[in-house]
Amino acid sequence: MTTDREQDFHVPENTMVYARGVRKSFGKVEVLKGVDLKVPTGSVACIIGPSGSGKSTFLRCINHLEDISGGLLLVEDKFVGYDLVDGRLHVVRPAELCRRRADIGMVFQNFNLFGHMTALENLMEAPIQVRGQSRAEARERGMALLERVGLAHKADAWPRQLSGGQQQRVAIARALAMDPKLLLFDEPTSALDPELVGEVLAVMRDLAQSGITMIVVTHEIGFAREVGDQLIFMDGGVVEEAGDPREMLRDARSERTRAFLSHVL
Amino acid sequence: MNPSHSVSPHRLRVEDLTVVPPRHIGLWVATALVLALLAMLFWAVGTNAAFDWPAVGKYLFHRSILRGVLNTLLLTVTIMVFATIIGTVMAIMRLSPSRILRTFANAYIWFFRGAPALIQLIFWFNLAIIMPQITLSLPGIGTLFSARTNDVMTPFLTAVVALSLHEAGYMAEIIRAGITSVPAGQTEAASTLGMARGRILRRIVLPQAMRFIVPPTGNEAINLMKATSLVSVIAVDDLLYSAQTIYARTFETIPLLIVVAFWYLAMVTIMSIGQHFLELHFNRSDSGGGGGGFRAALRQAFSLSRGRRA
Repeated sequence: MTTDREQDFHVPENTMVYARGVRKSFGKVEVLKGVDLKVPTGSVACIIGPSGSGKSTFLRCINHLEDISGGLLLVEDKFVGYDLVDGRLHVVRPAELCRRRADIGMVFQNFNLFGHMTALENLMEAPIQVRGQSRAEARERGMALLERVGLAHKADAWPRQLSGGQQQRVAIARALAMDPKLLLFDEPTSALDPELVGEVLAVMRDLAQSGITMIVVTHEIGFAREVGDQLIFMDGGVVEEAGDPREMLRDARSERTRAFLSHVL
Repeated sequence: MNPSHSVSPHRLRVEDLTVVPPRHIGLWVATALVLALLAMLFWAVGTNAAFDWPAVGKYLFHRSILRGVLNTLLLTVTIMVFATIIGTVMAIMRLSPSRILRTFANAYIWFFRGAPALIQLIFWFNLAIIMPQITLSLPGIGTLFSARTNDVMTPFLTAVVALSLHEAGYMAEIIRAGITSVPAGQTEAASTLGMARGRILRRIVLPQAMRFIVPPTGNEAINLMKATSLVSVIAVDDLLYSAQTIYARTFETIPLLIVVAFWYLAMVTIMSIGQHFLELHFNRSDSGGGGGGFRAALRQAFSLSRGRRA
């Protein structure tokens, strides 16, 4: 072997996200202790686990919001934050990181809508600034996406005037405006009042059927059962168990998975 | 005796119950006192010949006074622009991961904000004692520029340099506080959309920091405008110096000081109004109402004041 390439790690075909032995430490605390995971293209993976299990940290490593301390973490056969040259990982230039991140959408627990922009402006910002779309183009696309999440009538509303559920739906539309190949959801319904959870899950269900690859960190077991192609239980910084959601919820192999599920079901 | 027995429950109807407002006797006394004091003040000011109101009228729009007003405005605007630029750089340095950049910015703020403005002003005025010649030379190329310090550093430029450096210390702190007031989630969300650092700062963070930056900056601009009267000590013909030049000759000290105070108050008033509209503009995402700039802010300003009075 003369040069190392990501392909040499024998990543299975049609894999969107591939993790092997991913480690991450904050100072002396090791949060991820070797995460192994495979998310096929076009599938929906739901990650569950107790707080502190590292599931959100892992999600943030996928689009390099956090750098990793070691291991292999590929999105479409490439590192997001690094270039592999002669067996060493070099941190990519900021412009290249931006280019790669633009294809990975993320939805946050606290929505993080831009507070100084209306709902529609939130959707238009990145397509104009990053993708170089014209205002008219971005506006038309933005309105179509707001329509899709049922909020076309709120196009000119400020984030503060929207309910939590509406804000999260705008945030999902904002991520979609970049045409991502992969969507990451970091506990998208955890900050919502119970009666608003349904409207956000409905949008996510609709998205799952559209064939986009989704990784969802969630406490919504019902959503995982209904929509997920894969259920991943993380505990103590590793993947304890992964498999078909319906099978796993019925009959988990691991003792710890069963114990956790008995608390949340 | 129980009072409820004195009224027949059949005659007292719930709909007839009324509230009697309490009497504020203390309030009335205080108001009368203040009015009396005001009357005495106006009487004293109006009848005292030393105030010389006709002289005030004569000098209010005097040519050299108006030129002083213009110079004071010019100084304020120029200094504020440079202070904002230097302050923004210092604020970003203070938030930098590099310890050396952070320490440098801290030291800058400590020194230029801490040393009195008047002392800095006189120091820069005497720059020629330390450095008689200003020379810019590059090794290998030779001297690019050389001049006598006293020719370069006119009183006006001295005032701009000294007060800009001083004011930048305050602006750095205001801008830093503004930037840190924007939640980290905003930056994160923007970077997941593929926006680069500089663009995030310009498009996402600074516009939202503005609502925290504008009110204290307005105060700073007002303070600075008044502080520019310090430059009269190095003979920059600002508003105060222009008045001093006249009363040194005519001895009409009090009327001219009244003229100066009038113009400072007028300028402060206009600046406060401008600040009010700026604040409305940057708070528009809070107060509702569709997007749309300055005109919307104006419309809102009037509807707001009406609402308060109603």
